Amino acid sequence: MANVFTRMGDWVNERAPNMMPAYRKHMTEYYAPKNFNLWYYFGSLALLVLVNQIVTGIFLTMNYKTSAAEAFASVEYIMRDVEWGWLIRYMHSTGASLFFVVVFLHMFRGLMYGSYKKPRELVWLLGMLIFLVLMAEAFMGYVLPWGNMSFWGAKVIISLFGTIPVIGGTLVEWIMGDYLPADATLNRFFALHVIALPLVLLLLVVLHIAALHEVGSNNPDGVEIKKGPKGNRWDALKPADGIPFHPYYTVKDLVGVGFFLLIAAFIIFFAPTMGGWFLEHDNFIPANNLATPAHIKPVWYFTPFYAILRMIPSFLGQAFWGVLAMFGAIALLFALPWIDVGKVKSIRYRGTGYKVGLGLFVLSFILLGAVGAGVTAEVIPEWFGDVDVTFWENLFGRFWTLVYFGYFVFLWLYTRLGWETTKPVPERVTTHD
Amino acid sequence: MANEVVDHGRRRFLTATTSVVGAVGVVAAAVPFIKSWEPSARAKAAGAPVMADIGKIELGQKVDYAWRGLPVFVVRRTQDQLAVLPTLAPRLVDPNSEVDQQPSYIKGPDRAIKPEWLVVIGICTHLGCVPEFFPQIKPEPFDPNWKGGFFCPCHKSRYDLSGRVFAGVPAPKNLQVPPYHFVDDTHIQIGVDPKEAG
Repeated sequence: MANVFTRMGDWVNERAPNMMPAYRKHMTEYYAPKNFNLWYYFGSLALLVLVNQIVTGIFLTMNYKTSAAEAFASVEYIMRDVEWGWLIRYMHSTGASLFFVVVFLHMFRGLMYGSYKKPRELVWLLGMLIFLVLMAEAFMGYVLPWGNMSFWGAKVIISLFGTIPVIGGTLVEWIMGDYLPADATLNRFFALHVIALPLVLLLLVVLHIAALHEVGSNNPDGVEIKKGPKGNRWDALKPADGIPFHPYYTVKDLVGVGFFLLIAAFIIFFAPTMGGWFLEHDNFIPANNLATPAHIKPVWYFTPFYAILRMIPSFLGQAFWGVLAMFGAIALLFALPWIDVGKVKSIRYRGTGYKVGLGLFVLSFILLGAVGAGVTAEVIPEWFGDVDVTFWENLFGRFWTLVYFGYFVFLWLYTRLGWETTKPVPERVTTHD
Repeated sequence: MANEVVDHGRRRFLTATTSVVGAVGVVAAAVPFIKSWEPSARAKAAGAPVMADIGKIELGQKVDYAWRGLPVFVVRRTQDQLAVLPTLAPRLVDPNSEVDQQPSYIKGPDRAIKPEWLVVIGICTHLGCVPEFFPQIKPEPFDPNWKGGFFCPCHKSRYDLSGRVFAGVPAPKNLQVPPYHFVDDTHIQIGVDPKEAG
């Protein structure tokens, strides 16, 4: 048998001599810094969730009906009548939320260790594009069950484009293909969700990883191992602080996969709706264009951006500013490598101002999420009794919106004007326990 | 052959013109795909404007029309009912219609093109029930100080006879006014602005 495989391998190598070296370069013999910690699990976990979404998604399309009249019932059919359909559907819906959990942590890792800085700007930009496509993908996927929150969520999100001066109204009709979210809207979202966006997503993921492997991974010390001494146990020319991806990080990532699957399985089996956070209660009611849910709110992963949108009032007769601010909040992340020009990458050796700034930024993201999800509107009357809820919610939300944007302004000034006092960065990576 | 001189200017010109023509072709080819996203003929027909004959509506009467699947109330208001509207401002959430629930040409306490005729979408802005019509200026069980208007049976939201929401009820906004215009004295077209109608 072995002989057959060897001969098959040789046959391929003769015809495509660059395939094995490419495989080694990107997979088995990719030299990664030896000091990766817990934060480095989330890249490979994102890939795992992506595979889960594709596989479960393919099986869902086998029973899902793409029509406004049948979509809701077909999802219930999957849940009740299709053998194991409930599991496949909950794997897909839980996977969507876990995708964002993993991606947010992955992005935070990038912020914390300065992985967006030179020479990895391209990796960061491609990653941000993945984030954008992922948000579009998740939004359209949420519309497909055609529950009442699908309908009204779609209506609200599409209406955002209606605030664009002059062309807004026409644009909204163009996106929906009707005067309200309807069959045409559902069908085109299905087409984008199952084929167009996944293709773009896969291409971007390949480019993201290819760009990463050109420059090499960053690490918790923010030390460039390629600039350090050469020669390790496996290769005299490779960085001394690098270890081959296989078996070291494949095995390490498998441990992460184990823990991740444990948590995912717990959610899928015991709390698939997560108390209304992963699947909102209003989405278990069929879409009804005459009955608005009491609180229209997006799924949790959109809430920080949704809060920023809501906190910006109309100005000069235009409601466009909120939409601008919301997209600006994402655009600033794209520009991060040019906003933060500090030479030191890792938070371990950066100034106190940076640490406090990043902490406040994360806090603003979480608290804006609470505002967007309607938590503050519920909690304010409970904690403070009979007060003007809208006033205090707006004050709170606007303050943290300022903090969110303030982080970028601060970082720009802090690094440009030389206010940061950094610690000396070691020559080589330090801890690798 | 070897002594042929390459004319770089000509080559650049040919490359540029080929690229431009190619780009025009790509844009032209994209048009059908982009246009395919516009509302289809069927969607347009289903969402077409509705002509309402209002000639036979009595003073104080309400008639419902359906437009894009929504109930549209047309009310012919009396002078007494109109006189009450400006006095209600302190009890209303948005007496001057500042929230975007009406076309820009709908202003003032009567929220109408012609004060006598109220045209609103009869969908409660709370949870989408259809409010009931209580036109009399007399005490009602739900409001001893009632000046005529709409009352939603689902969660007790109240609106005045201009569809303006009262404060202290679950509904957050005034009833929506659809675009409409007067074709002549006895016909309105719902779904078309006066400007569009020309």
